[in-house]
Amino acid sequence: MNRFQTEILVQGQPALAEALVLTAPISFWGGVNPKTGRIADVRHPQHGIAITGKVLCLPGTIGSSSAAAVLLELVSAGLAPAAIILHEPDAILLLGLIVAQEMGHATPMAVKLDRREFTHLTDQTLAIDVAGMVSVQ
Amino acid sequence: MALELTAEQRAIANGARGEGAAMALRIVAATARLMGAPSLIPIASAHIDGALYHGDSGTLFAEKLVEGGARVAVRATLNVGSLDLTGCSKNRLEPHERGMARRMMDAYRTLGCEPTWTCAPYQAGHRPAYGSDVAWGESNAVVFCNSVFGARTNRYGDFLDIACAIAGYAPYYGFHLPENRRARIVFDVSGLDAEFLASEAAWPILGSLYGREIGDAVGVVTGIEHHPGEDALKAFGAAAASAGAVGLFHVAGVTPEAPDLATALHHRAPETVIKVTTDMIGDSRRRLSTAASAESIHAVAIGSPHLSGAEFDRLERLIAGRRLHVPLYACTGRHALAALESSGKRLILEQSGVIIVADTCVVVTPILPDIDNAVLMTNSGKFAHYAPGNTGYGVIYGSMAECVESAVTGHPVFGATE
Repeated sequence: MNRFQTEILVQGQPALAEALVLTAPISFWGGVNPKTGRIADVRHPQHGIAITGKVLCLPGTIGSSSAAAVLLELVSAGLAPAAIILHEPDAILLLGLIVAQEMGHATPMAVKLDRREFTHLTDQTLAIDVAGMVSVQ
Repeated sequence: MALELTAEQRAIANGARGEGAAMALRIVAATARLMGAPSLIPIASAHIDGALYHGDSGTLFAEKLVEGGARVAVRATLNVGSLDLTGCSKNRLEPHERGMARRMMDAYRTLGCEPTWTCAPYQAGHRPAYGSDVAWGESNAVVFCNSVFGARTNRYGDFLDIACAIAGYAPYYGFHLPENRRARIVFDVSGLDAEFLASEAAWPILGSLYGREIGDAVGVVTGIEHHPGEDALKAFGAAAASAGAVGLFHVAGVTPEAPDLATALHHRAPETVIKVTTDMIGDSRRRLSTAASAESIHAVAIGSPHLSGAEFDRLERLIAGRRLHVPLYACTGRHALAALESSGKRLILEQSGVIIVADTCVVVTPILPDIDNAVLMTNSGKFAHYAPGNTGYGVIYGSMAECVESAVTGHPVFGATE
């Protein structure tokens, strides 16, 4: 069983869920539909796939400064990912989780892991504990 | 490095200025920890991009700050909202969305923000001093503030912009540190045709190319002989920020941190030199259009960033009293609208078929009619970037003169000049 110790970026709920490894960077504003939780960017290779309830592995984020607003909307609508794994911290996106906590929502955890490790996560079920340990099930 | 808060900052976080200010300071501090900032620094002003409606949660956030008694601690101008409160234009938002968007705009005013409702606050009297630290949102405003004024800001996204304005502090990292403002890449346009460089269309095309080539790095443009004017730098920055993630650029001999190339580079060697060619410009121009082969257009949109008074003067000269065949949406702020009304130009433009859009713009809220396979012509690199995804319209890029001639005939017309 593969285990990866990650760095916790934003504390949140532990997770047990299927990994969704995005193969291209995404802009949450315009790229994820906050009403459905699905990837809305028609140019994205995983267009149409739902990020809800998945361990969302992001190789990079691009674009608008309104990404946090979309993530907050997903959390408050119960459509958020189960956890978010990022290659590098992105303040613009993760503010959505920080604000969601201030608004009293239970939020997914965000952790940092080198994107070269993402190949070991594709299509696997992952457990993430409160200390940021990711275990492939 | 652990974040160190001053006694005053800790007191605010613990409620000394009320629960709203405490929440704001906690958000600023959490972001600082996330980005590895060692401290928070006082800010001189803020520009707030958070009052655009994306869903009910954003409205509830702003109202929670209001309920907590929060007020901005520094001057804070507002970016566009989702509604045109001046009544110049109409949009197609559903009643629930319209109501929540209105509540959101009201909440930000109650927090003490100025109702400027513009993405060009720098042309509405908000012009921070060289070297001052500020917290600005909206990518084109950020890049203008950093590059043209030499004030210091990171790209402050939704929630963090208002949190900084209420707290009066921002995380000390990124472009607030002078060493991170050094140009590492030289973008040399000296090989381009002088006539092209002197044209209005040059700047959005150059900006899009610059953004794609440079991403989020800091670069310096060389080979510009004369100051191109504020509206040209505005168009360049907006296109660069939407095509890449540019937050700061320099133009040697033009912008304040680049009196010359060596100073912009902090007297070090550049990591990369990009020699811009005519072929690269042609490619960049083509990429701005997604509907280049369309034989007719359904609308023209200009004003991203919002039009200045000088740009309205050009628009009026180009239309020259003619009647437009398709609507021309001219997006602007109240600062420019007030002058148009007092001079009587608003009426003249509207009689020609111009639809003035104030407080908002056509890519952030549904103003354009819902038409299948519709085509929009624009002179804005930013509209060209966002219109296909946000409005469903295909895009044709042209200069303002070409946009006006096309609006008069209803067909794309190229080669028009002033």
